[in-house]
Amino acid sequence: MELLVCIKQVPDAKDVRLDPKTNTLARDGVESIMNPFDRHALEEAVRIREEQGGTITALSMGPPQAEEVLREAIACGADRGVLVSDRAFAGADTWATSYTLARAIETLGSFDLILCGKQAIDGDTAQVGPGLASRMNLPYVTCVQKRRRVDDTGIEVERMMDDGYDVVRLPLPALLTVVKDINEPRVPSLKGKMKARKAEIPVLSAADIGAEKECIGLAGSPTRVVNVFSPEPRGDRKIFTGTAEEQVDQLIAHLRDYL
Amino acid sequence: MDYFLTEEQEMIVETAREITREKIIPVRAELDEKNEFAASILEDIARADLFGIFVPEEYGGLGGGCFEIVLALEELAKGCVGVATTFAASALGIFPVLIAGSGEQKRKYLPDIAAGRRWAAFGLTEANAGSDASGIQTTAIPDGDHWVLNGTKQWITNGGEAQIYTIVALTDPSKGARGASIFIVEDGDPGFSYGKKEDKMGIRSSATRELIMKDCRIPKDRLVGRKGTGFITVMKTLDVSRPGIASLGVGLGQAALDEAVTYAKQRVQFGRPIIGFQAIQHMLADMATQVEAARALVYAAARHIDAHPRQMSKVSSMCKVFATDMAMKVTVDAVQVLGGYGYMKEYPVEKMMRDAKILQIYEGTNQIQRNVIGQELNKEYA
Repeated sequence: MELLVCIKQVPDAKDVRLDPKTNTLARDGVESIMNPFDRHALEEAVRIREEQGGTITALSMGPPQAEEVLREAIACGADRGVLVSDRAFAGADTWATSYTLARAIETLGSFDLILCGKQAIDGDTAQVGPGLASRMNLPYVTCVQKRRRVDDTGIEVERMMDDGYDVVRLPLPALLTVVKDINEPRVPSLKGKMKARKAEIPVLSAADIGAEKECIGLAGSPTRVVNVFSPEPRGDRKIFTGTAEEQVDQLIAHLRDYL
Repeated sequence: MDYFLTEEQEMIVETAREITREKIIPVRAELDEKNEFAASILEDIARADLFGIFVPEEYGGLGGGCFEIVLALEELAKGCVGVATTFAASALGIFPVLIAGSGEQKRKYLPDIAAGRRWAAFGLTEANAGSDASGIQTTAIPDGDHWVLNGTKQWITNGGEAQIYTIVALTDPSKGARGASIFIVEDGDPGFSYGKKEDKMGIRSSATRELIMKDCRIPKDRLVGRKGTGFITVMKTLDVSRPGIASLGVGLGQAALDEAVTYAKQRVQFGRPIIGFQAIQHMLADMATQVEAARALVYAAARHIDAHPRQMSKVSSMCKVFATDMAMKVTVDAVQVLGGYGYMKEYPVEKMMRDAKILQIYEGTNQIQRNVIGQELNKEYA
């Protein structure tokens, strides 16, 4: 099976900073990691390849330093990594990002299954996976917690819901976004690391993927980040402890004081 | 301190470190409590290609030496000495094949070992032959195209979990130590069975069992090296494996030190963190110095051994005795620094102290190590 995994390099949660000019995340000089959900997506692809054979392409849209996360993907089992990078992609929202990724994937060839993490821990929108599937006209399922069966005819998965799960069957080609419950990623192997060290990561520009200027980057983003801030804590907080009866009594007394 | 590792060595350290962080630390307390063998962690170690570190490239390994094993074991030991012992014992079990095996035997066994598909164990110790290894009574009698082994090995690490066992048996009892040979016995060979699993003070995630050979028939090609050279191969094996055990001591000492310093910085008594008190500071200073000294000695010994010198027994024994005595002392001190909390199973240091003890006993007790060093000194000075 031809598998493609979308991987994003994200700032490590504790190092988030804003670029004051664009009100988007400043990525230079900040500790970067592979988006944790994408790690699970990659692990699932490796397991599918172990069962069914095939190849895994790791794809990332990002600044030049995102090459690191593609090497890490190779160390974790991807057969090759491709970076889509161009100054013109900067400031992209999820609409422009899904356009760019779709153009890149169409340039690379055809794939049986595309795997994404549920969401990136910096954006937290969970929109790119579905956006990408919609642009490519692929059936998709989000929040996949388990892969039940996959073969040439299709794939059957469990979609995590608040109170249980749905079992969904889709034909291939298709796209899945996965949650962390789906697997325990393996530690990158020594041979994988060596392969990653020597790997050549091609970089595709906007021109290479035939991307239209109006559809990419800040220009192609209908949404704008106006402000990102930590809200000030408002008002008093009180935590009641004790048995349920005791807590209710305390709460009632407290509300009486306020009224 | 920077030990100027190569890129490949750094990768080994990183990989082992990740296994420790992601796979070992979360489950070590439970494995210890339940006396449970860490099978799934060994699979993680296998998938990470760590089992192949010391196997030559032509058999699917990385072609590393003693130093590379030492690096990996140190990181794994920071997680759990039981898991690290399991790994080390598999290496120990296959070293005789690496050292004295035929091309056929290497081709047959090494690729599986490198891939972590099969594990090994070393069968020397018996009820009447511990420090006095030459007192073994297991015999191997030729019978047509086979050897027939009779005897029982005691306290064998990986017993019952490994598939490949290197057994030291007497092919000529009249010749004493010069009458021993090494054989490969495989799980499933007729007449080969295991005793009960031992209930140990520490390294409880490592499985220890008796190996019972009752008219155990194995094919002729299972003899490793020439008949009668068994103890020569054993000594060469131990020379190369002892730094590995020393490295377990370094990793364990480091982990215990880390717990002690972290605790001493947070624990406030008499109005300040206890690390501010000289009594604690001096303990920590001595612990840290000892760990670093042990590490330097083990690394130096490992690099020396990888240069294939004529003499390696003395430095091999030195690093084993020093690092393991250090680990015992440092773990006891770590429990002391953590005080009441150190005594509780909720905190990791009491397990570390229990795990440390075996390091002074197995692979040659520290008394035997001192014998070796003394005898080598005697030989060196004319």
